[in-house]
Amino acid sequence: MKIYGRAIFGGCVEGEAVVTDEPITFLGGVDPRTGIVVERGHELEGVEIKGKVLVFPKGKGSTVGTYVLYQMRKNGTAPLAMINTEVDLMVVTGAIISEIPMVILKEFPDVRTGERVIINGDEGWVEWE
Amino acid sequence: MYLTGEEERILDGEMGTGAQKAMEILVALGDIQDAERLIDVSSVQVSGVSYKTIGDAGLEFLEDWARMDVRTRVFSTLNPAGMDMEIGRRLGCPEGFIEKQMRIIDAYKKMGVRASCTCTPYLAGNRPLPGAHIAWAESSSVIYANSVLGARSNRESGVSALASALVGRTPYCGLHLDENREITFVVDVDVGLNCKRDYAALGYYVGRRYDGIPVFRNIRPLEDEMKIMGAALATGPISMFYVEGVTPGSGNADVDTRGLEKVKFTDDELKEACEGLNTCSDEPDVICLGCPHLSPAEIREVVRLNPKKEVWLFTARENKIPVRNKNIKIISDTCMVVSPLKEMGIGSVGVNSAKAAFYCSNLSGLDVRFDSVKGLLESGGR
Repeated sequence: MKIYGRAIFGGCVEGEAVVTDEPITFLGGVDPRTGIVVERGHELEGVEIKGKVLVFPKGKGSTVGTYVLYQMRKNGTAPLAMINTEVDLMVVTGAIISEIPMVILKEFPDVRTGERVIINGDEGWVEWE
Repeated sequence: MYLTGEEERILDGEMGTGAQKAMEILVALGDIQDAERLIDVSSVQVSGVSYKTIGDAGLEFLEDWARMDVRTRVFSTLNPAGMDMEIGRRLGCPEGFIEKQMRIIDAYKKMGVRASCTCTPYLAGNRPLPGAHIAWAESSSVIYANSVLGARSNRESGVSALASALVGRTPYCGLHLDENREITFVVDVDVGLNCKRDYAALGYYVGRRYDGIPVFRNIRPLEDEMKIMGAALATGPISMFYVEGVTPGSGNADVDTRGLEKVKFTDDELKEACEGLNTCSDEPDVICLGCPHLSPAEIREVVRLNPKKEVWLFTARENKIPVRNKNIKIISDTCMVVSPLKEMGIGSVGVNSAKAAFYCSNLSGLDVRFDSVKGLLESGGR
């Protein structure tokens, strides 16, 4: 399956998907030292997003999340790539300044956690088995 | 996106690399959001100030930008930092932290951002009028400006807000446009809300489960109640709300809610929200009020209660007042969320703000008692 969306930040990478249909706050929701989701009660609580293709609808919460993504990139704990379905300025700006490949799709993709996904942030497409 | 001649020149670097970098960010964000063009903004509120939240990476990012010799082109104010500039040391803020924090503030000052250090700019000299286009970060101030003041702002990130400050413009899209400011769902409140804690719980419950623009019915909140409710809504993805008969543009007669999703908020949901935010059954180490920063009226209200326990009141520097009661500490420039409370020897806090409860627990790992001011003062504190 290959779906075209909107290219947000460039780079073509392949990695393992981590998928949630809940929005994510990076400030307070993710520990930038470890890349693990720490928000209590979140579907991904305890899950490592470091080096993964993170699939979620959009950001929520603090507008400082952009800097948390930037810290994660510097610490080597950032996601490999991100796929969203809505524009959230916190996440999108985070992808741009942290140089994380990102695509926004019109509909939530039918990808499951653990599946291999290819994402092309220059041409704006996502592909999986 | 269409750019004027002047905007093109900024993008080409004719006004320096700092302004060019800002314009590159705005153009990228404008294109992503299908904005036709940029519009002038009357003010900017910048987030990403506390060393606790942005770390060394954020500090370097800002110092690099400030070195490019760039200045704000519009009135711009700053979110809270990690400490009170006057009494931070006395309250136990670590030296290393203070040094890094001051470097962050200096970088912002160098770029021309006013070091107001409050999350309630609208209570401290940056209060936009209805219809004003603004580019604000700080989710609680964005939702307040859109909903209570009738101004227009997208929920900017700390970085996109700074870019707008340095260019004086923002992409014309999202909540700047009438068609994106319509009600998308209804919240019928079917329980009496007796204190600000209850309004915060209402906001938290709705923000955790829903997205869009709600209209609340059957409540009559005052400004300060909408301040704490909006902050809680914005811990989720919501950036604007209406209260029927209270907020601008929500006259009883005009709102057609047929066909919209209806959410009920009863005693059950109120209890559920409150219980979900409580992680502490013991007495908290300190009571912390002021998320968002307290208004002058709210400070006087606590002073009148004459607390017998230690209470920290967070507010804007402009709104500090002298008090005799030694149990009350009035602290500006920071708050319980963005100051390093754990490193200052505090393990648990009592709060009436759902936003504070959410971040103190998830971000800072503190135990949280979520209760009304009266409830906290009667049993909490050290």
